[in-house]
Amino acid sequence: MIDTAVIPLLKIVILLAGLLAFVAYLVLVERKVVAWVQVRLGPMRVGPHGVLQPVADVLKLFLKEDITPRRADRWIFTLAPILALVPALIVFAVIPFGPETRIFGRPVALHIADVNVGLLYIVAVGSIGVYGLILGGYSSNSKYPLLASLRASAQLISYEVAVTMTLVSMILMAGSLSMVQIVEAQRSAGVWFAFVQPVALLIYFVGGLAETNRAPFDLPEAEQELVGGFHTEYSGMRFAFFFLAEYANMIVISAVATTLFLGGWLRPFPNVEALWLLDLVPGWIWFLLKTFALLFLFLWIRATLPRYRYDQLMRLGWKVLIPLAIANVIVTGTAKVFL
Amino acid sequence: MADATVFYTLAAAIVGFAVLVISARNTVHSVIFLVLNFLCVAALYVVLHAEFLAVIQVLVYAGGIVVLYLFVVMLVNLKRPPETHQDPRRRSRLGLVMAGLLLAQLAAIGGYSVTTAGSASAARATEAAGGNVEQIGWLLYTDYLIPFEVASMLLLVAMIGAIILAKREL
Repeated sequence: MIDTAVIPLLKIVILLAGLLAFVAYLVLVERKVVAWVQVRLGPMRVGPHGVLQPVADVLKLFLKEDITPRRADRWIFTLAPILALVPALIVFAVIPFGPETRIFGRPVALHIADVNVGLLYIVAVGSIGVYGLILGGYSSNSKYPLLASLRASAQLISYEVAVTMTLVSMILMAGSLSMVQIVEAQRSAGVWFAFVQPVALLIYFVGGLAETNRAPFDLPEAEQELVGGFHTEYSGMRFAFFFLAEYANMIVISAVATTLFLGGWLRPFPNVEALWLLDLVPGWIWFLLKTFALLFLFLWIRATLPRYRYDQLMRLGWKVLIPLAIANVIVTGTAKVFL
Repeated sequence: MADATVFYTLAAAIVGFAVLVISARNTVHSVIFLVLNFLCVAALYVVLHAEFLAVIQVLVYAGGIVVLYLFVVMLVNLKRPPETHQDPRRRSRLGLVMAGLLLAQLAAIGGYSVTTAGSASAARATEAAGGNVEQIGWLLYTDYLIPFEVASMLLLVAMIGAIILAKREL
């Protein structure tokens, strides 16, 4: 009973609560990082150095009036934010945060489920998330959200091809679809796959930027052209759901990249015995550190690069990343067979 | 007992959503019910221990093909009232034939499954053989290699055809 119901439920509650807090603070971190890059201070007024800003933001979103446009499709208008957020959250079910650890003398695996199709599950659930974007733009019954949602979903579908192709080469490397097995494969290989597959990591990360509609690929939210993106007509908690989904998706991309390319919970240089001191740090801390480093890269890029034009975005996706990803799969397969 | 409860709940949901797909007035609502239908089918696969099939069902149908349906429906049918069928009797006759064929097919499947071993033992055998991803991969590249390659050739031809139709001059 305890092993089959209580512990998984506890894990889900802790994970969801932690995730939502993480997302709220990621927004603050983003504002701070962008501010520092631009030699500003960022939020400073709520709490010391603005540390309570997320709390204030959440309160504001809860109390705000929730408006539905008069000729909107009510059901879909309510459904869309849910469809955007839920896939972003349930992906975390298969992400391993650390090796099996003992908590109060009881062995606990630091993941919710280790299914043998874990990686495919992530791709499949991710592909459901696009409905939130499309339906949110459609049901608002307003032209700018519709245009933005078309852009967002076209972008997502295009870059999904390249990203999935890089996952194929990672599956070839690890010989398994299970996320835990992929980390274990990096332990037995003695090296993070990032060093063996740098091209795949690059394609995955660029594709991830595009899939989450982050700068420099944030065309769906180009204010000058589209007012505010597919969620222009949304307000209050329903807007917050879209916002949460976007940041949760950033965390998903970073966490999956950490697992696939940066050795998950493994310490740096897992094959060098002399660095045993690093083993004193628990695995889940390494995992969070690596994920956070990738998230910082997201923010850094946002503060540095200007936005792409739409045709440049599509050209990059279809004519550069997809052929490169296919070539990478072929090279990986060939190397696997002949080496 | 628990398995049966889950199965009948899912089966009822699948049939219910299928009815909603064809009875909804708004085509976008139809497409959403179709997605829900596919998700329930995927859940049914999970109950049958066919995780790989379930994930592929979500990835290809719910997340891929239906997204394109939604695009088409949304952009072609924006704010136009649903059209009435031109000759409802012709449609219903065709419908009757199709329904008869479907019933015959279901009866054949039912008869087949009564005579052969149940799926629970098959699921256990799959589990023992090291998960169904490996097994499906193995079978696709050995016993079913020719159908697999023929299917991939067909898809390639369809893809080239679509590109040619969309862009007459490149």
